[in-house]
Amino acid sequence: MTVPLLRVTDLAKRFPLKGTLFGKGGVVHAVDGVSFDVRAGETLGIVGESGCGKSTTARLVMRLIEPDEGRIALAGREIGHPQGVALVEARRAMQMVFQDSFASLNPRLTVETSIAFAPRVHGVAEPAARATAHDLLRKVGLDPARFAGRYPFELSGGQRQRINIARALALSPQLVILDEAVSALDKSVEAQVLNLLLDLKRDLGLTYLFISHDLNVVQYVSDRVMVMYLGKVVELGPVERIYDSTAHPYTRALLSAMPSMDPAHRTEAPPLQGDPPNPINPPSGCRFRTRCPFAENVCAAREPLLGALEAGHHVACHMAHAGSGHSNAPAGAARAA
Amino acid sequence: MSAAAPTVELPIAAAAAQGYWTGVFRRLLRDKVALACALVLIAIVLAAIFAPYVAPADPAKGAILKRLQPIGAEGFPLGSDELGRDMLSRLIFGGRLSLMMGLSPVFFALVIGGFLGIVAGFVGGRTNTVIMRTVDVFFAFPSVLLAVAISGALGAGIANAMLALTVVFIPPIARVAESVTTQVRSLDFVEAARASGAGAFTIIRVHILGNVLGPIFVYATSLVSVSMILAAGLSFLGLGTKPPDPEWGLMLNTLRTAIYIQPWVAALPGALIFVVSISFNLLSDGMRSAMDVQR
Amino acid sequence: MIAYLLKRLGLVIPIALAVSVVCFALVYLAPGDPLSAVVPSDASKEMVEELKKEYGFDKPIPVQYAVWLGRTLQGNLGQSIATGRPVATEIGSAIGNTLILAFAASLVGFTLGAVLGTIAGYFSGSWIDKAVSAIAVAGVSVPHYWLGMVLVIVFSVILGWLPAMGAGPGGSGEWTWDAEHLKHLVLPAFALSVIPTSIVTRTLRALVADTLSKEFVIALVAKGLGQGAIFMHVVKNVAPTALAVMGVQLGYLMGGSILIETVFSWPGTGFLLNTAIFQRDVPLLQGTILVLAMFFVGLNLIVDLVQTALDPRIRRT
Repeated sequence: MTVPLLRVTDLAKRFPLKGTLFGKGGVVHAVDGVSFDVRAGETLGIVGESGCGKSTTARLVMRLIEPDEGRIALAGREIGHPQGVALVEARRAMQMVFQDSFASLNPRLTVETSIAFAPRVHGVAEPAARATAHDLLRKVGLDPARFAGRYPFELSGGQRQRINIARALALSPQLVILDEAVSALDKSVEAQVLNLLLDLKRDLGLTYLFISHDLNVVQYVSDRVMVMYLGKVVELGPVERIYDSTAHPYTRALLSAMPSMDPAHRTEAPPLQGDPPNPINPPSGCRFRTRCPFAENVCAAREPLLGALEAGHHVACHMAHAGSGHSNAPAGAARAA
Repeated sequence: MSAAAPTVELPIAAAAAQGYWTGVFRRLLRDKVALACALVLIAIVLAAIFAPYVAPADPAKGAILKRLQPIGAEGFPLGSDELGRDMLSRLIFGGRLSLMMGLSPVFFALVIGGFLGIVAGFVGGRTNTVIMRTVDVFFAFPSVLLAVAISGALGAGIANAMLALTVVFIPPIARVAESVTTQVRSLDFVEAARASGAGAFTIIRVHILGNVLGPIFVYATSLVSVSMILAAGLSFLGLGTKPPDPEWGLMLNTLRTAIYIQPWVAALPGALIFVVSISFNLLSDGMRSAMDVQR
Repeated sequence: MIAYLLKRLGLVIPIALAVSVVCFALVYLAPGDPLSAVVPSDASKEMVEELKKEYGFDKPIPVQYAVWLGRTLQGNLGQSIATGRPVATEIGSAIGNTLILAFAASLVGFTLGAVLGTIAGYFSGSWIDKAVSAIAVAGVSVPHYWLGMVLVIVFSVILGWLPAMGAGPGGSGEWTWDAEHLKHLVLPAFALSVIPTSIVTRTLRALVADTLSKEFVIALVAKGLGQGAIFMHVVKNVAPTALAVMGVQLGYLMGGSILIETVFSWPGTGFLLNTAIFQRDVPLLQGTILVLAMFFVGLNLIVDLVQTALDPRIRRT
């Protein structure tokens, strides 16, 4: 079995809240025990509502925020570990494309300076860095003669996002994390940029971690999809299985919230009930139980682990695993998750 | 389904992108009010620098018999002061001390306060809290009171007055610097720079400073008028320059009793302070507008 | 709500303490031996020793501070070197006059500023707006002590309508609310009011213009709400910030009145400061600054609390 390009184990991050003199300090469990793999050459999509922890997960992987717990390993070598890979090296292998395309570029620097910044930091000489920048501009479909000397405020959203992509590629990374990279763009521009991303992935042999709240886009680009809720992974599997053989009630609710364009396939799953829970004090047991139409006592008592179904499809729900104690669970003894 | 990424056409002519500051400068040149103020200030500053060549008479030489001549009197285009010295010459020479005492504190406060604020904003956490809480203590005093307190305790003198004023201006500049730096630091391009492995100094130099110095500098220029007024005010109270140095605030003080004899001569030094102050304010406003009209 | 109140009070104490430290340190800023700063020049040797013990100059500095703080909290601010009277008494008789001046200036300043600012905000962009803005810029740029002199020149020297100095006939220090005394108040109050007027004008102009351009106001107009009702909406929106600015300005007026009081020989705390500086009367200087600074801190606290009470958004946090 090949070593996955990225392996995240038990990642956790808690943000303390400022308390007043009289308590009310609390902790937001932004990411709580998240584990997943990303195989070389695939695109793993991460979906979830705002606040589910997907952006925090991305920043933890990039080490822009320090995790409280958990390990991150690149190609089998743990980041920060003495026998593993140093953070500086890891930074060359992983890069990130951010969402807000305007704040993601320094307004004072020209396009080529922004792209060439990372290589310069790592010791590449100025002419070589500039050549790399021009080359990358060409790759993302922008003519260097016209764009290299421009400033961000002179460009459109789609152009700026292309430059963000070029900048992310400047160190020839293997893994690119795209955090809502197309969410701020108009639909037509979004399609262009998505196609660009797919081409680049094919031409340069990249691996993507694609974060989005837009389920259609995720379905289009991803090979596998991971669904997050309140800091935990609730479902993970190949894209077809997630969208056609949905196993978790939350995923089903998310998909059903998408208006269906096909009169033959009207949305039928029940809508979400209840209020969104407080991220400071998540519900006991399964975090989704307060809004789940199938919640039972066992859901409040025990937290469901991310257990395997079939064909690489994992789900964290008592209903899917035999012997869990849920009335809808399949018959059979409990298996080790 | 993936066509080759299309090359994006741009209808704008391929003229090289103008720098940001060129744009600001051009807009400033078109602002007539700001331009007029700039010219006035340049004239006053030049007159102060070249005072020995511009002033018609010796500012220190006075004849008691010729004291308190009105404006337009013979040999005294702007009248004479209480010791018979030529007002015009004293005002021109006075510009040297007044401008220096007004501008230097802001300059020093800009350097010190800017440094403190940028460090606090960039590093964040405990360092930020320590620096900003210390700064806040000085905010607990009204500026005039603080200036008078420090100056009064240290004793009269130009250096003491300038020191007192510098201390007064460090807190507001530090606050603005910290606020702007914190905002810039949270922008995604700084995160991207961190993600590319750049060290703190590189990030500050390349990404933070360029975006932060502009607003800090503009804010500092808005403080110059207050500084001039306060500096002259300290001298007016006897805490700054000492006689017989020509300085506008001090001149206002010594001419106070003269208002019963030559009121308008006595009012001249203050008028100059007013002119310089309002010119700086209007210029600073103009700069702020020029920097705002951007996107 | 109570929690917030207590929290704010809790925050004030460190600041007040820090302010007291700065005031205490002033004595050490003065050139020369701190002892000479508090001792009259003609004191006898025994007196010097006695004062040395009383002020604790023979003890380490933190202890000295503690002693000084203890005395101060009991109301003992030391003795004025020049007059020999307790500093607290001197301040007590002077502060009333400064309060009168500051309140008069505030009244003029805030009313005028609010009116001008609101008008400018309503007619944002028009020549009225530009005229008001020009006046405001001038107001902020003018050295108020010079303006005071000019006012004296015009109204006292040339026109002879109003007196030039003092708080009452004969330059007396006692205040009564009669016409004679009020005539003395006019010029200094007006001169002092120029800066707060301008700042309030600018602030209100920006706030009103901003509120009027907000979409909810346009929605109200579309609903057919009359001008009067819209005005009340604007006032409610603008009030918290406007009051905060006014409160801070009042603080500045209290602490920064020294220049005007000097010009008009107004017998307030500013004038007292002036005297203290000239006679190198360090206890008086220290005491006056401490009292004025505490006033400012207290005022800021009140402003903060009032703002919280008025603004439902802040209350919720």
